[in-house]
Amino acid sequence: MTILLSIFIGLGLFFLVGFAGRTALHAAAPAHHKPMFRDMPLTASFGLAVIAIYVVVAILAPVIAPFGEGQVLGAAYQPWAAPHYLGTDKLGRDMLTRLIYGARNTVGIAFATTALAFVLGSVLGIWAALVGGRLDQWMSRFVDALMAIPALIFSLLLLTIFGTSVLTLILVIAAVDATRVYRLARSVAQGIVVMDYIEAARLRGEGMWRLIRREILPNAMAPLVAEFGLRFCFVFLSISALSFLGLGIKPPTADWGSMVRENATLITFGDITPLLPAGAIALLTVAVNFVVDWQLHRASGLKE
Amino acid sequence: MAPAGSACRGLSANAAQRPQGKNNGKRGDGMNDIWRMIGQRLLLGVLTLFIISVVIFGATELLPGDLARELLGQSATEETLAALREQLGLNDPAPLRYWNWLTGVLQGDFGVSMATQKPISELVGTRLGNTLFLALYAAALSVPLSLLLGVLAALWRNSIFDRASNALALTAISFPEFFVAYILVLWLAQTGIFPSMVRITSATTTGDLLYSAFLPALTLTLVVTAHMMRMTRAAIINLLASPYIEMARLKGMSPMRVVLRHAVPNALAPIINVVALNLAYLITGVVVVEVVFVYPGLGQLMIDAVTNRDIAVVQAIALIFAAAYVLLNLLADVLSTITNPRLMHRK
Amino acid sequence: MTNTMTPRGMTRRGMLKSGMAMTAAGLILPTGMAMAQSEPKKGGVFRIGLGHGSTTDSYDPGLWDQLYVQTFAAARVNYLIEIAADGNLAPELAESWDSTDGATWVFKIREGVSFHSGKPMTPDDVVASLNHHRGDASTSAVKPFFDPVTDIKVDGQNVVVTLNAANADFPYLMSDYHLPILPSAEGKIDPTTTDGTGGYIVESYEPGVQATMNRNPNYWKADRAHFDQIIILTILDPAARLNALMTGEVDLIDQVDPAAIALLESRGVSKILSVSGNAHYVFPMDARTAPFNDNNVRLALKYAFDRQELVDKILAGHGSVANDNPIGPANRYYFAEMEAKTYDPDKAKFHLKEAGMDTLEVTLSAANAAFSGAVDAAVLMSEKAAAAGITINVDRVPDDGYWDNVWMKKPFCASYWGGRPVEDQMFTTAYVSGAEWNESFWSNESFDKLLVAARSELDDTKRREMYQEMQRLVSFEGSTIIPMYNNYVMAVANSVSTPEKISANWNLDGFRCVERWWFA
Repeated sequence: MTILLSIFIGLGLFFLVGFAGRTALHAAAPAHHKPMFRDMPLTASFGLAVIAIYVVVAILAPVIAPFGEGQVLGAAYQPWAAPHYLGTDKLGRDMLTRLIYGARNTVGIAFATTALAFVLGSVLGIWAALVGGRLDQWMSRFVDALMAIPALIFSLLLLTIFGTSVLTLILVIAAVDATRVYRLARSVAQGIVVMDYIEAARLRGEGMWRLIRREILPNAMAPLVAEFGLRFCFVFLSISALSFLGLGIKPPTADWGSMVRENATLITFGDITPLLPAGAIALLTVAVNFVVDWQLHRASGLKE
Repeated sequence: MAPAGSACRGLSANAAQRPQGKNNGKRGDGMNDIWRMIGQRLLLGVLTLFIISVVIFGATELLPGDLARELLGQSATEETLAALREQLGLNDPAPLRYWNWLTGVLQGDFGVSMATQKPISELVGTRLGNTLFLALYAAALSVPLSLLLGVLAALWRNSIFDRASNALALTAISFPEFFVAYILVLWLAQTGIFPSMVRITSATTTGDLLYSAFLPALTLTLVVTAHMMRMTRAAIINLLASPYIEMARLKGMSPMRVVLRHAVPNALAPIINVVALNLAYLITGVVVVEVVFVYPGLGQLMIDAVTNRDIAVVQAIALIFAAAYVLLNLLADVLSTITNPRLMHRK
Repeated sequence: MTNTMTPRGMTRRGMLKSGMAMTAAGLILPTGMAMAQSEPKKGGVFRIGLGHGSTTDSYDPGLWDQLYVQTFAAARVNYLIEIAADGNLAPELAESWDSTDGATWVFKIREGVSFHSGKPMTPDDVVASLNHHRGDASTSAVKPFFDPVTDIKVDGQNVVVTLNAANADFPYLMSDYHLPILPSAEGKIDPTTTDGTGGYIVESYEPGVQATMNRNPNYWKADRAHFDQIIILTILDPAARLNALMTGEVDLIDQVDPAAIALLESRGVSKILSVSGNAHYVFPMDARTAPFNDNNVRLALKYAFDRQELVDKILAGHGSVANDNPIGPANRYYFAEMEAKTYDPDKAKFHLKEAGMDTLEVTLSAANAAFSGAVDAAVLMSEKAAAAGITINVDRVPDDGYWDNVWMKKPFCASYWGGRPVEDQMFTTAYVSGAEWNESFWSNESFDKLLVAARSELDDTKRREMYQEMQRLVSFEGSTIIPMYNNYVMAVANSVSTPEKISANWNLDGFRCVERWWFA
C-alpha cells in the first residue's frame, strides 16, 4: 500500500516539477530559444528543474541548512521529528543538514572530477587521433593496459600510495576515468579527422590546438556529452565503493557516497535512513540523464 | 565505480564503426581480414599484459610495508623481519625480483604464493572457476533481459514503458552495488526465499549453486542491465533516422518488423561491444558483491593479496583480469565485424 | 564499518600488544534474559561467522594473528596452559608447573594424550613446538618471548625451561595462542601440519573462506567439545554477518556493528553477549614533539572531549569510561578513586593558558584499522574540543598500511590495547621509557623508578600505593589519551548455551567457545 502511495506521490511530483520547470524555462528563455523549450519533453524539463534545485541547494548550503555541517547535536539515531526533520546519524549530527552539505561536496567533487577527466581524456584522445602514427599507438596501448586493470582495485592501489585527501581523490578518480574518455574521444575523432573539412583546415595551416578546439570538438560533442552524464554520476558510486574498502572523503565532510556506506547496515533492519543519500544520488543520475537523452535526441534529428 | 567502463565503450564502438567499415572496403577477403585482426590483436594483447605486469608490480612495490611485515603484524621485531625477508627472498632488489617473476611466467610457471607457499595455479584455479560461474550466471540473466528491454524501449520510444524502464534502469545503476545487495537480502533472504550468503563445498551441486548464488547474480544483473539496455536502445534509435529505415517504413512495414529486420542487425556492433565490456566487468569488477555474499571469487583474493603484498598472487590475478578484458574485447570486435551486413554481404 | 576490508582488523598487532589474561571478567546480558543454565549437551553443527580471515592465513602458529586463526586453532590444538574463564591459569597439556627460583620452570606433561593421527603426545613434541619460536632462523611473532630462554630440555615426563633471569609470569606466556603443541619428528615440528590434540579434527580448510571440523572421538577432555561439527566462516562485511545470523546461516558472529545491537535485540532471534575486560582504545601523542611535549597541552586535550559520549556513540554503551588509565577495573591494583576527568572546556582553556596559548590546532590521524569507530571517535573529539579553543583536524588515513605509516610515526593517532592481567606487564610494554611499544614516547623518571621498585616490593599495601601512583602519573602527566574500555561484543543464536562465566581473556570466550559452549 505504502509503495503504491509513494509511486503515486512520486509521479505527481514528477509532473508538477516537470511542468513548472518547462513553464519557467519557457518564460525565462530568450525569444529565439523559446521553441526549443516549448517542445522539450516533460522528462527533460523535470531533469533540468531537479538539476537547478541541486545547484541552488549546493550553492546556498550554509544558508539553507538548519545546523552546521559537522555539528554534533545530541543523541545518535534520533527519530524524524522537529528540529531534526530527518533524524540524526550515528554520531548525533542532523541528517537533513548532512544531506544538504552533501549536495555541495558531492556534486562539487563529482563535477570537478568529471570535468578534469573530460578535459584530459578528450584532449589527449583527439590529439592522438589527429597526430596518429607511433604516438597514437603507444598512447593507446598504454591506455588499453590501464583500462584492463579493474578500476576499483587500481584506485585502491593509487589512493593507498598517494593518500586520501580530497585532491588526490579527485585526481585518482579523474585519472582512471580519463582512460575511458580518451578511448571514446579518440574513436570519435578518428571518424572526424578523415573528413574533408579537417583536411581543408589543415591546409589552411591551422594549429593543432585550434583544430582540436574549433574543428573536431564541436563535432564530437554529442557522444561526449552522453558519456559525461553517466560518468558524472559514477563518481558518487566510486566514492561509495572506495568507502566500502575503507578509503574515502575525510571527515567531517558530508558526502552522499560515504553516507550510504555509513548507514548501509540499517537497511538490513528495514530502516530507510540509508535510502536518503542513495535516493539523492539516484534522483540526480536520472535527472542528468534525462537532459542528456533530450540533447542526444535533438542532435540525432529524429522527429518523433 | 563499477560499470563505468561500459557506457563509454559502447558509444565508442558505435563511433568507431565508421572508419572501420571504410578500411575494410579497401582490403581483400572479409575472413582473411578477421584472421589478420585476431593475430594483430593477440600480439597487442601480450604487449598489454606486459605493461600491466610492470604497472602492477611497480604499484605494489610503492605500497608501504612489505609481505614480511604484513605476515608478522606489529609484533615483529627487526630481527624476525630480517629472518622472514631472507626466507621469502624479499631482500633482492625489485628489478631482479620482477625479472625472476617474468622469466618464470614466460616458462609457464606463475610461481608460488609467497604468503602460503602454495602454487598460484592451485590458489587461483577454483576461485577462477567460481568467478566465471557467477559471471556467466549473471550474464545469462542480464543479457537477454537487457536486449529485450532495449529493443522494446526503442520500438515504443518515448512511451510510458520507455521512460519508466529508462528511469528504473538509471535508478538501479545509481545505487551502489552493496546497497542493491542489502536491499535484495532484505526482501528475498530475510523472508527465507533465498540464502543470504553462498557456501561452496565439495558437496555443492550445480543446482544448489544456481539456487544459492541467485542473489549475487541478481545484484549484478541489476547493476549491468541498465548499460546494455540503454546502449541497445540508443544504437537502434540511432539508425532509425537513416534513409534505408525510412524506406522500409514507407513500404508499409510494421514498426516491429522494421526494428527487428533492419535496425537490429545493423546495431549489433555497438551492442556486442557493450555486452563484452559488461561481461569483462562481471569477471573483473565484482569484489564488492563477493564480499557481501561471501562468494569465494578472484576479487576478494586479489584484495587480500594486495593487503598482504603477496605480489605473485596480485600479478597472476591482474593478468587473468587483463586477459579476460583483452579477449572479450577481441571477441566483440570479431563478432561485430562478422555480423556487419555491409562487410559480410559484400560483392 | 570500513574495517571490513582489513582482515587483520582488530587483532592485527598480535599477541604482544594485547593482554594474555584478564583476572576478572564481567558478563552483561540483556535485561530480562536469564542465562540458560543447563548441563552441556552433545551434538549439533556450530557455525561461526567471523569478520576476520584472509586467503593468506596459514597453519604456521608463529604467524597467527587474528580471531579466525585463533579460533580455528582453539578447536584443533591444545596448549600447555589454559586461561580459565575466571582469568586464572588452568592446566591443559601441562598437568602442573613449578619453579623454585622463577628462572627454572618445570612443566609436567600430561600422559595418555594422542594427536589426531594417533601418535601419542610426548615431552619431545613440547620441546620441538616451543623451539619453533626460538632461534635466529625463527620467523615467529613471539620470538621475543624466548629471548630470555637459555635452554629447553626434556627430563622424563617433564619439560624444563631455563631463563636468564627470574620471571614470575612465565607460565602466562605458555598459554599464548602462538604456542600450540604439535607433533614433531627429529626435534622439529612441521608448521604446515593439520594435526593437533584438540577437540576437533580438520575435515577441510580453505583460508579466508571456511573451515570444517568434526569432533575428535578420542578427545582427552571428557567434559569439553560438545558439538559434532564446527564450521568457521569468514564474513568480512558487517551487514552480511548480521544477515547470516538473522537468516540462520550461522550461530555466532563477532564484531557486531554498534548501530545494529539494539535493532538485533528487538528481533528476538539472537542474544548479545557483551564481555567487559581491560581492553581499551587509546590516542597516543608524541611527547617528544611540540605541542605535545608540554603536559599542559596534553591535559587540555584530556579535558576537551566527552568520554561518556564516546562510550555511548562509538561503543553503543558496551564499554565504560576510562580515565586515561591503561590499568582496567579487572586489574588487582586498579585506582578507581582517582579524580575523574570530565568534559570541561574551561579547564581545558585554563591548561592551554598555562601552556601560554589561547588556541591550539593539532592533527589527529585515524583509521578504522586502529579500532572499529576510530575515525568517528576522532570526529566526536574534534567537535567537542572546539568549545575549548582547540581545533582537532581529523586526518582519515587508509586502513591499509596503518601500522606501518601512521602508528608511532604521526604525532597524534589512534591505537588499541587488549589490556594486561598484570600491571607491571602493561606498564613495561608500553609506558616505561624506551619500551618498544611506548607509542607516545613518554618518558618520566619517577614513573620508571617506581616501576622497578614495585616489582620487588613485597608489602601489598605499599605495592598498591606504588601502582596507584604510577596510574596517576600516566593519567595526569602521561601522553596517552585513553577515553574508554571496550567490551567484547558477540551475537549468538538463541539455541546456543554458554557457561555462566565467559572469559574476558580475548574474544569468543578466550577463543574457546568451540569447546566450552553447547546447543541447549
